[in-house]
Amino acid sequence: MTDPNAHPDHPDHPDAWTDRYDDEAGPLVRLYAMTAGRARTANGAERVDLMAIVRARPDAAPPPGPLPPEQRDLLALCTRGPRPVADLASDSGLPLGVVRVLLGDLTAAGLIAITPPDAAPQTSTRPDAHLLREVIHGLRAL
Amino acid sequence: MAYAHSDRVDSTADFTADFTALKLLIAGGFGVGKTTLVESVSEIRPLRTEEQLTEASRPVDDLQGVSTKTTTTVAMDFGRITLRTDLALYLFGTPGQDRFWFVWDELATGCLGAVVLADTRRLADSFPAVDYFESRNIPFIVAVNCFDGIRTHTPEAIATALDLSTTTPVLLCDVRDRDSGKDVLISLVEHVLAQDPGTAWDQGR
Repeated sequence: MTDPNAHPDHPDHPDAWTDRYDDEAGPLVRLYAMTAGRARTANGAERVDLMAIVRARPDAAPPPGPLPPEQRDLLALCTRGPRPVADLASDSGLPLGVVRVLLGDLTAAGLIAITPPDAAPQTSTRPDAHLLREVIHGLRAL
Repeated sequence: MAYAHSDRVDSTADFTADFTALKLLIAGGFGVGKTTLVESVSEIRPLRTEEQLTEASRPVDDLQGVSTKTTTTVAMDFGRITLRTDLALYLFGTPGQDRFWFVWDELATGCLGAVVLADTRRLADSFPAVDYFESRNIPFIVAVNCFDGIRTHTPEAIATALDLSTTTPVLLCDVRDRDSGKDVLISLVEHVLAQDPGTAWDQGR
Protein backbone atom coordinates (compact mmCIF):
# COMPACT_ATOMS: atom_id res chain seq x y z
CA MET A 1 0.00 0.00 0.00
CA THR A 2 1.35 3.37 -0.90
CA ASP A 3 1.60 6.16 1.60
CA PRO A 4 -1.09 8.67 0.66
CA ASN A 5 0.93 11.47 2.14
CA ALA A 6 3.74 10.81 -0.29
CA HIS A 7 1.79 12.20 -3.23
CA PRO A 8 1.28 15.96 -3.20
CA ASP A 9 -2.00 15.63 -5.13
CA HIS A 10 -3.48 13.41 -2.45
CA PRO A 11 -6.13 15.29 -0.47
CA ASP A 12 -4.57 14.22 2.82
CA HIS A 13 -1.18 15.48 1.83
CA PRO A 14 -0.30 18.37 4.13
CA ASP A 15 0.45 20.56 1.14
CA ALA A 16 -2.65 19.67 -0.88
CA TRP A 17 -4.46 22.79 0.24
CA THR A 18 -1.59 25.23 0.09
CA ASP A 19 -0.58 23.91 -3.32
CA ARG A 20 -3.86 25.00 -4.79
CA TYR A 21 -4.74 28.10 -2.88
CA ASP A 22 -2.71 31.00 -1.68
CA ASP A 23 -4.35 33.35 0.80
CA GLU A 24 -2.83 36.39 -0.88
CA ALA A 25 -2.83 35.43 -4.53
CA GLY A 26 -5.99 33.31 -4.62
CA PRO A 27 -6.29 30.10 -6.60
CA LEU A 28 -3.00 28.96 -8.09
CA VAL A 29 -4.71 26.88 -10.73
CA ARG A 30 -7.55 28.40 -12.70
CA LEU A 31 -10.34 26.68 -10.84
CA TYR A 32 -12.46 25.66 -13.75
CA ALA A 33 -9.47 24.27 -15.60
CA MET A 34 -10.20 21.19 -13.50
CA THR A 35 -13.68 20.96 -14.97
CA ALA A 36 -12.63 21.68 -18.54
CA GLY A 37 -14.18 25.12 -18.18
CA ARG A 38 -17.60 23.90 -17.15
CA ALA A 39 -19.57 25.53 -14.34
CA ARG A 40 -22.64 23.42 -15.12
CA THR A 41 -23.33 19.76 -15.74
CA ALA A 42 -25.90 17.81 -17.73
CA ASN A 43 -27.28 16.22 -14.55
CA GLY A 44 -27.64 19.45 -12.55
CA ALA A 45 -24.94 18.50 -10.05
CA GLU A 46 -23.90 22.17 -9.81
CA ARG A 47 -27.00 22.72 -7.67
CA VAL A 48 -26.53 19.76 -5.34
CA ASP A 49 -27.04 20.61 -1.68
CA LEU A 50 -24.09 21.17 0.66
CA MET A 51 -25.39 18.41 2.90
CA ALA A 52 -26.27 15.90 0.19
CA ILE A 53 -24.62 12.61 1.08
CA VAL A 54 -22.18 11.19 -1.46
CA ARG A 55 -21.51 7.48 -1.54
CA ALA A 56 -19.20 5.45 -3.73
CA ARG A 57 -21.17 2.76 -5.56
CA PRO A 58 -19.78 -0.60 -4.52
CA ASP A 59 -21.24 -2.21 -7.65
CA ALA A 60 -19.58 0.30 -9.99
CA ALA A 61 -17.62 -0.98 -12.93
CA PRO A 62 -14.06 0.38 -12.94
CA PRO A 63 -13.69 3.49 -15.09
CA PRO A 64 -12.51 2.72 -18.65
CA GLY A 65 -9.41 4.88 -18.27
CA PRO A 66 -7.52 6.80 -15.61
CA LEU A 67 -9.58 9.52 -13.95
CA PRO A 68 -8.32 13.10 -13.81
CA PRO A 69 -6.47 13.64 -10.49
CA GLU A 70 -9.19 15.73 -8.83
CA GLN A 71 -11.90 13.21 -9.68
CA ARG A 72 -9.67 10.40 -8.46
CA ASP A 73 -9.11 12.22 -5.16
CA LEU A 74 -12.83 12.79 -4.64
CA LEU A 75 -13.64 9.17 -5.45
CA ALA A 76 -10.97 8.01 -3.00
CA LEU A 77 -12.58 10.10 -0.26
CA CYS A 78 -16.05 8.73 -1.08
CA THR A 79 -14.78 5.16 -1.02
CA ARG A 80 -13.92 5.52 2.68
CA GLY A 81 -17.53 6.08 3.65
CA PRO A 82 -20.52 8.32 3.01
CA ARG A 83 -19.88 12.02 3.45
CA PRO A 84 -21.62 15.31 2.68
CA VAL A 85 -20.63 17.43 -0.29
CA ALA A 86 -19.31 20.12 2.08
CA ASP A 87 -16.95 17.59 3.67
CA LEU A 88 -15.64 16.58 0.26
CA ALA A 89 -15.00 20.20 -0.69
CA SER A 90 -13.17 20.81 2.58
CA ASP A 91 -11.18 17.56 2.50
CA SER A 92 -10.17 17.93 -1.14
CA GLY A 93 -9.21 21.59 -0.77
CA LEU A 94 -11.24 22.39 -3.86
CA PRO A 95 -13.90 25.09 -3.95
CA LEU A 96 -17.47 23.94 -3.69
CA GLY A 97 -18.48 24.84 -7.24
CA VAL A 98 -15.66 22.82 -8.73
CA VAL A 99 -16.43 19.86 -6.47
CA ARG A 100 -20.06 19.88 -7.55
CA VAL A 101 -19.17 19.73 -11.23
CA LEU A 102 -16.67 16.91 -10.63
CA LEU A 103 -19.24 15.00 -8.56
CA GLY A 104 -21.60 15.36 -11.51
CA ASP A 105 -18.98 13.70 -13.69
CA LEU A 106 -18.48 10.86 -11.21
CA THR A 107 -22.25 10.37 -11.00
CA ALA A 108 -22.56 10.28 -14.79
CA ALA A 109 -19.80 7.66 -14.85
CA GLY A 110 -21.82 5.54 -12.42
CA LEU A 111 -19.08 5.67 -9.78
CA ILE A 112 -20.96 7.49 -7.01
CA ALA A 113 -24.52 8.10 -5.86
CA ILE A 114 -25.69 11.37 -4.31
CA THR A 115 -28.62 11.43 -1.89
CA PRO A 116 -30.06 14.92 -1.46
CA PRO A 117 -31.34 15.84 2.00
CA ASP A 118 -35.09 15.91 2.33
CA ALA A 119 -35.66 19.64 2.60
CA ALA A 120 -37.52 22.42 0.88
CA PRO A 121 -35.47 25.53 0.06
CA GLN A 122 -34.88 28.01 2.88
CA THR A 123 -36.60 25.97 5.54
CA SER A 124 -35.20 24.15 8.47
CA THR A 125 -35.79 20.48 8.97
CA ARG A 126 -36.59 18.93 12.29
CA PRO A 127 -35.55 15.32 12.66
CA ASP A 128 -37.41 13.10 15.09
CA ALA A 129 -37.16 13.71 18.81
CA HIS A 130 -35.24 10.51 19.44
CA LEU A 131 -32.40 11.64 17.17
CA LEU A 132 -32.34 15.11 18.75
CA ARG A 133 -32.04 13.59 22.21
CA GLU A 134 -29.14 11.50 20.98
CA VAL A 135 -27.48 14.66 19.67
CA ILE A 136 -27.88 16.36 23.05
CA HIS A 137 -26.53 13.28 24.79
CA GLY A 138 -23.60 13.11 22.36
CA LEU A 139 -22.74 16.78 22.86
CA ARG A 140 -22.82 16.41 26.64
CA ALA A 141 -20.47 13.43 26.40
CA LEU A 142 -17.87 15.27 24.31
CA MET B 1 -10.09 34.23 8.84
CA ALA B 2 -7.15 32.13 9.86
CA TYR B 3 -7.12 28.41 9.39
CA ALA B 4 -4.69 25.98 10.89
CA HIS B 5 -3.82 23.17 8.54
CA SER B 6 -2.99 20.92 11.43
CA ASP B 7 -6.65 20.95 12.39
CA ARG B 8 -7.56 18.91 9.35
CA VAL B 9 -6.28 15.70 10.90
CA ASP B 10 -9.73 14.27 11.40
CA SER B 11 -10.62 14.57 7.74
CA THR B 12 -10.09 10.82 7.62
CA ALA B 13 -13.20 10.14 9.71
CA ASP B 14 -15.05 7.26 8.15
CA PHE B 15 -18.78 7.10 8.60
CA THR B 16 -21.00 4.08 8.36
CA ALA B 17 -23.58 3.52 5.64
CA ASP B 18 -26.52 4.79 7.73
CA PHE B 19 -24.74 8.10 8.36
CA THR B 20 -26.86 11.08 9.38
CA ALA B 21 -25.49 14.61 8.96
CA LEU B 22 -27.18 17.57 10.67
CA LYS B 23 -26.52 21.20 9.87
CA LEU B 24 -26.38 24.08 12.35
CA LEU B 25 -25.73 27.70 11.47
CA ILE B 26 -23.63 30.15 13.44
CA ALA B 27 -24.69 33.67 12.57
CA GLY B 28 -24.00 37.15 13.84
CA GLY B 29 -22.21 40.33 12.92
CA PHE B 30 -18.67 40.61 11.64
CA GLY B 31 -16.05 39.95 14.31
CA VAL B 32 -18.49 38.77 16.98
CA GLY B 33 -16.67 35.46 17.54
CA LYS B 34 -18.25 33.02 15.07
CA THR B 35 -14.92 31.59 13.99
CA THR B 36 -13.81 31.22 17.60
CA LEU B 37 -16.99 29.37 18.52
CA VAL B 38 -16.64 26.95 15.62
CA GLU B 39 -12.98 26.44 16.55
CA SER B 40 -13.66 25.78 20.21
CA VAL B 41 -16.32 23.12 19.71
CA SER B 42 -15.47 21.37 16.46
CA GLU B 43 -12.89 20.13 14.04
CA ILE B 44 -12.71 23.37 12.07
CA ARG B 45 -11.67 23.17 8.46
CA PRO B 46 -11.53 25.58 5.56
CA LEU B 47 -14.39 25.60 3.09
CA ARG B 48 -14.22 27.86 0.10
CA THR B 49 -16.95 28.62 -2.30
CA GLU B 50 -16.85 30.84 -5.30
CA GLU B 51 -19.90 32.98 -5.80
CA GLN B 52 -21.23 35.12 -8.59
CA LEU B 53 -20.56 38.76 -7.93
CA THR B 54 -23.84 40.53 -7.55
CA GLU B 55 -24.66 44.15 -8.26
CA ALA B 56 -24.64 44.77 -4.53
CA SER B 57 -21.04 43.69 -4.13
CA ARG B 58 -19.64 45.78 -6.97
CA PRO B 59 -18.96 48.92 -4.98
CA VAL B 60 -17.05 46.80 -2.48
CA ASP B 61 -14.99 44.63 -4.79
CA ASP B 62 -12.95 46.95 -6.93
CA LEU B 63 -13.24 45.48 -10.37
CA GLN B 64 -11.38 48.18 -12.27
CA GLY B 65 -9.08 46.54 -14.74
CA VAL B 66 -10.54 43.10 -14.11
CA SER B 67 -13.74 43.48 -16.05
CA THR B 68 -13.96 39.77 -16.75
CA LYS B 69 -14.08 38.85 -13.09
CA THR B 70 -17.59 37.62 -12.31
CA THR B 71 -16.99 35.41 -9.29
CA THR B 72 -15.38 35.96 -5.94
CA THR B 73 -14.13 33.47 -3.41
CA VAL B 74 -15.98 33.35 -0.11
CA ALA B 75 -14.35 31.57 2.81
CA MET B 76 -16.76 30.10 5.32
CA ASP B 77 -16.23 28.81 8.81
CA PHE B 78 -16.96 25.13 8.64
CA GLY B 79 -16.68 22.61 11.40
CA ARG B 80 -17.70 19.07 12.11
CA ILE B 81 -18.55 17.47 15.43
CA THR B 82 -18.42 13.71 15.07
CA LEU B 83 -20.81 12.32 17.67
CA ARG B 84 -20.79 8.72 16.47
CA THR B 85 -19.70 6.85 13.37
CA ASP B 86 -23.24 7.32 12.07
CA LEU B 87 -23.97 10.83 13.36
CA ALA B 88 -22.24 14.16 12.89
CA LEU B 89 -23.12 17.82 13.35
CA TYR B 90 -21.87 20.29 10.77
CA LEU B 91 -21.45 23.91 11.76
CA PHE B 92 -21.53 26.64 9.14
CA GLY B 93 -20.58 30.18 10.03
CA THR B 94 -22.61 32.55 7.93
CA PRO B 95 -20.50 35.22 6.26
CA GLY B 96 -20.51 38.32 8.43
CA GLN B 97 -20.37 40.86 5.64
CA ASP B 98 -23.67 42.12 4.32
CA ARG B 99 -22.61 41.62 0.74
CA PHE B 100 -22.69 37.85 1.17
CA TRP B 101 -26.36 37.65 2.14
CA PHE B 102 -27.05 35.48 -0.88
CA VAL B 103 -24.98 32.69 0.67
CA TRP B 104 -27.39 32.51 3.58
CA ASP B 105 -30.30 31.05 1.66
CA GLU B 106 -28.26 28.07 0.62
CA LEU B 107 -26.90 27.60 4.13
CA ALA B 108 -30.34 27.89 5.72
CA THR B 109 -31.85 25.19 3.55
CA GLY B 110 -32.42 22.11 5.66
CA CYS B 111 -30.69 23.46 8.73
CA LEU B 112 -31.68 22.21 12.16
CA GLY B 113 -31.47 25.67 13.67
CA ALA B 114 -29.17 28.59 14.26
CA VAL B 115 -27.13 30.33 16.90
CA VAL B 116 -27.11 34.12 16.64
CA LEU B 117 -23.97 35.33 18.35
CA ALA B 118 -24.28 38.81 19.78
CA ASP B 119 -21.96 41.33 21.31
CA THR B 120 -23.69 43.75 23.68
CA ARG B 121 -21.42 46.57 22.54
CA ARG B 122 -22.76 46.17 19.01
CA LEU B 123 -26.15 44.61 19.51
CA ALA B 124 -27.55 46.10 16.32
CA ASP B 125 -25.17 43.90 14.32
CA SER B 126 -27.29 40.90 15.24
CA PHE B 127 -30.59 42.40 14.04
CA PRO B 128 -30.24 41.14 10.45
CA ALA B 129 -29.64 37.56 11.57
CA VAL B 130 -32.54 37.65 14.05
CA ASP B 131 -34.82 39.02 11.33
CA TYR B 132 -33.65 36.42 8.85
CA PHE B 133 -34.38 33.42 11.06
CA GLU B 134 -37.62 34.86 12.46
CA SER B 135 -39.00 35.54 9.01
CA ARG B 136 -38.32 31.95 7.94
CA ASN B 137 -39.49 30.34 11.18
CA ILE B 138 -36.08 28.77 11.62
CA PRO B 139 -35.52 28.02 15.32
CA PHE B 140 -32.65 29.99 16.80
CA ILE B 141 -31.16 31.02 20.08
CA VAL B 142 -29.19 34.14 20.92
CA ALA B 143 -25.83 33.59 22.56
CA VAL B 144 -24.21 36.70 23.97
CA ASN B 145 -20.45 36.47 23.80
CA CYS B 146 -18.96 37.92 26.99
CA PHE B 147 -15.40 38.48 25.87
CA ASP B 148 -14.18 39.66 29.22
CA GLY B 149 -16.23 37.27 31.31
CA ILE B 150 -18.10 40.16 32.88
CA ARG B 151 -21.86 40.20 32.59
CA THR B 152 -22.82 43.71 31.67
CA HIS B 153 -26.40 42.94 30.70
CA THR B 154 -28.94 40.36 31.75
CA PRO B 155 -30.37 37.95 29.17
CA GLU B 156 -33.77 39.52 29.82
CA ALA B 157 -32.50 42.99 28.91
CA ILE B 158 -30.92 41.61 25.74
CA ALA B 159 -34.12 39.79 24.77
CA THR B 160 -36.00 43.07 25.17
CA ALA B 161 -33.43 45.04 23.21
CA LEU B 162 -33.60 42.51 20.35
CA ASP B 163 -37.41 42.39 20.58
CA LEU B 164 -37.31 38.62 20.74
CA SER B 165 -40.25 36.32 21.15
CA THR B 166 -40.53 35.14 24.75
CA THR B 167 -39.81 31.58 23.65
CA THR B 168 -36.42 32.42 22.09
CA PRO B 169 -33.67 31.45 24.54
CA VAL B 170 -30.94 33.97 25.34
CA LEU B 171 -27.82 32.86 27.09
CA LEU B 172 -24.45 34.28 27.99
CA CYS B 173 -21.36 32.47 26.81
CA ASP B 174 -17.64 32.71 26.29
CA VAL B 175 -16.97 31.35 22.82
CA ARG B 176 -13.32 30.71 23.64
CA ASP B 177 -14.35 28.12 26.19
CA ARG B 178 -15.17 24.69 24.81
CA ASP B 179 -17.68 23.80 27.52
CA SER B 180 -19.42 27.13 27.11
CA GLY B 181 -19.59 26.58 23.35
CA LYS B 182 -20.98 23.09 23.91
CA ASP B 183 -23.65 24.53 26.21
CA VAL B 184 -24.67 26.92 23.44
CA LEU B 185 -25.14 24.06 20.98
CA ILE B 186 -26.98 21.93 23.54
CA SER B 187 -29.33 24.84 24.24
CA LEU B 188 -30.03 25.19 20.54
CA VAL B 189 -30.83 21.50 20.07
CA GLU B 190 -33.02 21.56 23.19
CA HIS B 191 -34.84 24.57 21.74
CA VAL B 192 -35.33 22.70 18.46
CA LEU B 193 -36.65 19.72 20.40
CA ALA B 194 -39.15 21.98 22.18
CA GLN B 195 -40.70 23.05 18.86
CA ASP B 196 -44.01 21.52 17.98
CA PRO B 197 -43.16 18.78 15.49
CA GLY B 198 -46.52 19.33 13.80
CA THR B 199 -45.62 22.89 12.85
CA ALA B 200 -44.57 23.49 9.29
CA TRP B 201 -41.49 25.58 9.69
CA ASP B 202 -41.78 27.25 6.35
CA GLN B 203 -45.03 29.04 7.20
CA GLY B 204 -43.27 32.34 7.55
CA ARG B 205 -42.09 32.43 3.98
